[in-house]
Amino acid sequence: MTITPPSLLSLSINSAILHLSSFSDLSPLPDHILIDLFLRTLKAGKLNEKILKLFVASGDEKLLSLIRELNINPVISPVLPTRNIKDNDVDIVIGALQSDLTSFMNAWKPMFSRYHLIIVKDPELKEDLKIPDGFDAQIFTKADMDKAVGPSLTSQLFSGYSCRYYGYLVSNKKYVISIDDDCIPAKDDKGFQVDAVAQHLFNLAAPATPLFFNTLYDPFCKGADFVRGYPFSMREGVPCALSCGLWLNLADLDAPTQALKPEQRNTRYVDAVLTVPNKALMPLSGINIGFNRELLGPALFPGLKLTKEGKVRWETMEDVFSGMCAKVVCDHLKLGVKTGLPYVWREERGDAVQSLKKDWEGMKLMEDAIPFFESIKLPAEAVNAKECMLELAKLVKERFGAEKNSVLTQAADGMIEWVKLWKKVVVPASN
Amino acid sequence: MAGPSVPATFLLKDELDIVIPTIRNLDFLEMWRPFFQPYHLIIVQDGDPSKTINVPEGFDYELYNRNDINRILGPKASCISFKDSACRCFGYMVSKKKYIYTIDDDCFVAKDPSGKDINALQQHITNLLCPSTPLFFNTLYDPYRDGADFVRGYPFSMREGAKTAVSHGLWLNVPDYDAPTQLVKPLERNTRFVDAVMTIPKGTLFPMCGMNLAFDRELIGPAMYFGLMGDGQPIGRYDDMWAGWCVKVICDHLGLGVKTGLPYIYHSKASNPFVNLKKEYKGIFWQEECIPFFQNATLPKDCTTVQNCYIELSKQVKEKLGKVDEYFVKLADAMVTWIEAWDELNGTPAAAANGSA
Repeated sequence: MTITPPSLLSLSINSAILHLSSFSDLSPLPDHILIDLFLRTLKAGKLNEKILKLFVASGDEKLLSLIRELNINPVISPVLPTRNIKDNDVDIVIGALQSDLTSFMNAWKPMFSRYHLIIVKDPELKEDLKIPDGFDAQIFTKADMDKAVGPSLTSQLFSGYSCRYYGYLVSNKKYVISIDDDCIPAKDDKGFQVDAVAQHLFNLAAPATPLFFNTLYDPFCKGADFVRGYPFSMREGVPCALSCGLWLNLADLDAPTQALKPEQRNTRYVDAVLTVPNKALMPLSGINIGFNRELLGPALFPGLKLTKEGKVRWETMEDVFSGMCAKVVCDHLKLGVKTGLPYVWREERGDAVQSLKKDWEGMKLMEDAIPFFESIKLPAEAVNAKECMLELAKLVKERFGAEKNSVLTQAADGMIEWVKLWKKVVVPASN
Repeated sequence: MAGPSVPATFLLKDELDIVIPTIRNLDFLEMWRPFFQPYHLIIVQDGDPSKTINVPEGFDYELYNRNDINRILGPKASCISFKDSACRCFGYMVSKKKYIYTIDDDCFVAKDPSGKDINALQQHITNLLCPSTPLFFNTLYDPYRDGADFVRGYPFSMREGAKTAVSHGLWLNVPDYDAPTQLVKPLERNTRFVDAVMTIPKGTLFPMCGMNLAFDRELIGPAMYFGLMGDGQPIGRYDDMWAGWCVKVICDHLGLGVKTGLPYIYHSKASNPFVNLKKEYKGIFWQEECIPFFQNATLPKDCTTVQNCYIELSKQVKEKLGKVDEYFVKLADAMVTWIEAWDELNGTPAAAANGSA
């Protein structure tokens, strides 16, 4: 049976779908091509409000009547105004801990497809990655990492959940969004799908308010504002460097807690974004985050590896530790950290009781680390994330260096390697 | 009286007083009846004492007008504001109960997203009876709530939490905006129901609104002085703010927790923004000085009671804020008078003997 190869026109249309976000005007296209493009866009799951507007703006009568016939309406759950964040400014970094990413990526297609993706395969994962079509994705594997940084650093810094940090390193975009590969889009309290990417970008684009607590939470979202008693001099806020999202279904609880309450699932949708106040520490969960890579990049780092670290979140602390560093750096640099929306739906994976059976050193770690973090004072001369991290590494080494083979001392070493890498591998932004 | 929204048990029925300042009437109580009736009310009548305020039938209450306040406190009555809802703190002083809930007379029962009436008092009580977590922020908010818990990474040594001294509730419909914001957004209404209670971290100040507020009088009562506002004073609408800043500094010092979030009430009246602007005007500038003052205020280790802390704070107010305006000197003195009156009425003379200003 002979299979007719696709025509040049067909190939062009498919290519156009991948780059829709770079078109500003579709009106020169003839009817039939426009309609074909539209239908294939629909089929590829890439129709969103912005793209719909683009098609509607072409003014083509046939297309408009098709849209009416199909009863396509702009989604009510708002695609949030992203305040000047261009699609080109964003990278979505996915750490692949499972080889078959088909259902994960298809679930996120409406939200991911307009952005560039960086997929980093866990260097310890043996099987080949399976990734569906329709994405503008770059894939990095152990081979790439070994070539760039050497196999020993690859295994020290980028194994397991920490593989994503390689993606942070090689990205050259201003904003990075990262979601665990066992999460799918959640539905909000009105039943609409949550565009986690858009929400993170909104959080990052609007100022944060760490210096004084606003009781109506985020004053920059629609329908809210600063309350009576909020000092006017603090209402400009500070740039938001980090946006921490939450999880429905399987919340990010530790192993003992989940083992104690095996049936507990998070069903509460809290419709708020708030800034974590200055000096307040919190546990960062790497499951669902967005950050301003230009401002904060080096401060989110791999390197805290538990001795029995595993491939489920219950067996890691890399993000929690990194998050405390990031918060201290943000407080020092007068940047903001937000928490709350967006939610993702976290699927069942792993067994809390099994994780608990491992000697869970993560618990003790926090008890030692917290008083240390509470007491940190970074010098005024540290004026960016890199310098802060070097200072922080020094302080960690000073405080925990005496303890042999301490996870924390290794983390300090990891910090220094990370900053070195950051300087070496990262192409500085032209500004 | 009986209806589907009547709770089966009234928690802390004999341990909580509801303090309501009013200058108009108490019609709003009708809507609250199913939730409030078993509790004792303390009504503080502001304005003209010769006016009679009607209390709806069936409520157990005591009512104080200006004449009563003057009679009970004598010369110390000067610390209680007149023609301002700040006078409500007199109710805190005369109460004999462990807990106080205070609510404004234009606040009604709100509905949650499912359409059910919200028992604000019950939620406040739950907030006060459960621990707070001021030392480390929990990203899933109140970990003691049904369906929530501490997240991964939350230090185990901090999971017992601290005692909760204050429960700060929020408002649907008319939000608590200042006059400039009200002028710019006269029609904005708060329709967002945020289903969370959270602890305000140690070291963080917040704007405490007195419209829907509950606290543990035994833990923090003497710090809930609502300042000198209204008639004869250069400022208004900063009574609860002032109390909130003092309360938070003292709670942080004594290791007590302050919660904010649920419950919501329905705030029905939007006050006149021009009138508000006149009242708040000086406050808008003064708060720029006050906030850094409170953010940097430290209390000595030997201040171990609320009264000691408060007297110490008043000294610092006089010294540092006295330079901003003469008003703060008067306020600092009133703070001392308040503590003296509190101790007199509540029989705790030893605590006040920590040197006077």
